[in-house]
Amino acid sequence: MAEVTTGPSTAHTFDLAVSSVRELNAELHAPSSARYEVLRPKGAHALAAGVRHPVTVEILGHAGYYCAGMNDGATIAVFGNVGTGVAENMMSGLVRVHGDASQSAGATGHGGLLVVEGSASMRCGISMKGIDIVVGGDVGPMSAFMAQAGRLVVCGDAGDGLGDSIYEARLYVRGKVGDLGADCVPKPMREEHRAELAELLAKAGLGGEAGEFRRFGSARALYHFAAHNSASY
Amino acid sequence: MCGIVGLHLRDPALYPQLGALLAAMLCQVVERGPDSAGVAVYGDRRRCPEGHAAVSVLDAPAELRAGLRAELRAERWAGLPGSPEILVTEAGATTILAAPVAVDALVEAVRAAAPEALVVGAGTDLTVYKGTGHPRELAATYDLANARGWQGLAHTRMATESAVTPAGCHPFSVGPDQCLVHNGSFANHATIRRELVAGGARFDSDNDSEVGARFVAARLAAGDDLDKALRALCERFDGFYTLLVTSADGFAVVRDAIACKPAVIAETAAWVAMASEFRALAELPGVDAARIYEPEPEKVYTWQR
Repeated sequence: MAEVTTGPSTAHTFDLAVSSVRELNAELHAPSSARYEVLRPKGAHALAAGVRHPVTVEILGHAGYYCAGMNDGATIAVFGNVGTGVAENMMSGLVRVHGDASQSAGATGHGGLLVVEGSASMRCGISMKGIDIVVGGDVGPMSAFMAQAGRLVVCGDAGDGLGDSIYEARLYVRGKVGDLGADCVPKPMREEHRAELAELLAKAGLGGEAGEFRRFGSARALYHFAAHNSASY
Repeated sequence: MCGIVGLHLRDPALYPQLGALLAAMLCQVVERGPDSAGVAVYGDRRRCPEGHAAVSVLDAPAELRAGLRAELRAERWAGLPGSPEILVTEAGATTILAAPVAVDALVEAVRAAAPEALVVGAGTDLTVYKGTGHPRELAATYDLANARGWQGLAHTRMATESAVTPAGCHPFSVGPDQCLVHNGSFANHATIRRELVAGGARFDSDNDSEVGARFVAARLAAGDDLDKALRALCERFDGFYTLLVTSADGFAVVRDAIACKPAVIAETAAWVAMASEFRALAELPGVDAARIYEPEPEKVYTWQR
């Protein structure tokens, strides 16, 4: 681990050609610095997973599975693509992917903001529980499957099966939407929706007018108990 | 789980490095399938010289492998035109035999000489290696790092549907210069196996992936190209699959409609590469400038030599 001065504060640099992922994560779990830079990640798994301190981590290259998983308060940026499950189960903080994300981005996240500047693959936001996800490009099929809470903003297109079996998450899509999933329906854009969408786009640093988006959410026909169906349960 | 890597070279200047690049890719997917590994290389003239056919076999008896070659030639290879010299390469459980004859003639001669041996690959360009154990050690056994060629693929296996044996290793090569590697599991393979058997196909294993390979081989034999054959496979097969399929001049990738088995493709002017995970591509020359993307569900991606 070397120290380099970049900007106002000193960043610890981890070169993963020299250090192990375990060493990196051990340091991030008991940080001695406020800023970290990770070089030559080369698709390694679980980079900066389980960070619970308000540190800033910059990963310069492509990351593998579960990057920034379980993040709780850190600001983590990836200057490249990420594999399956980026920021899965995030509690709080900010994760920004400058490239594309593979499947299940932000899966089961409870809080914080995940920004994917490129596109996200299938099942983006699956079972999201309060996380906000803003995707600059497209999301793949089956995104926001069983989404329970939080907001998913898609500046491009959404694949088939969007919001299947959705609970109370709110979905905003600017581009085309394939077939909607079961119990997912278009909903009116009211003033409060335009306001929260504009705020999310601003926080994500992505352009776009809230008026260009459509909103989708739950028809609430699937998850409420209906007395006339009681014989089926 | 299972790990797949494949490399299709566009720039002939890289041909001498094919094996070294493929070995490095293979070693990055070891954890995805640590029980066994198979490799296919196209155009390795060390093993299959120009104008030769090569047959890759498992469980070759000793007399097939070396000592009694002269006797074999006299008694059992006599049917081959000109009683050619046989080039024999041993690599662990795999033996590769090459001779300047037609592919079918060589396959028939091998089967006649050693009925107990299992043919796991044949062609004018293709050499196939299979074995059980740690993939890194198998790569050394196959001398993969020194292989030359224009295309290759490798598979690390985490067995789910059949036993951990060299015969259960991928790739499944059941047509001339064809290979198929599979991550996933087919659900309706028994039904399709019965149909293929009724149509005359003979199976070497109980493996579900072999059914996929036999299906593709039957379609190619019927005149389909890779794209059409794999679209037919998507129609017919249920289950989970990411497939990498290669032929005498092609390289193709397809995933099922759910696409839960991973795949990433990278392309440059010099090569096309596919792997289960990006980390297998991270050391390829020029990868920083590559176009990197995930193949979409049920879309067939093909490249021709």
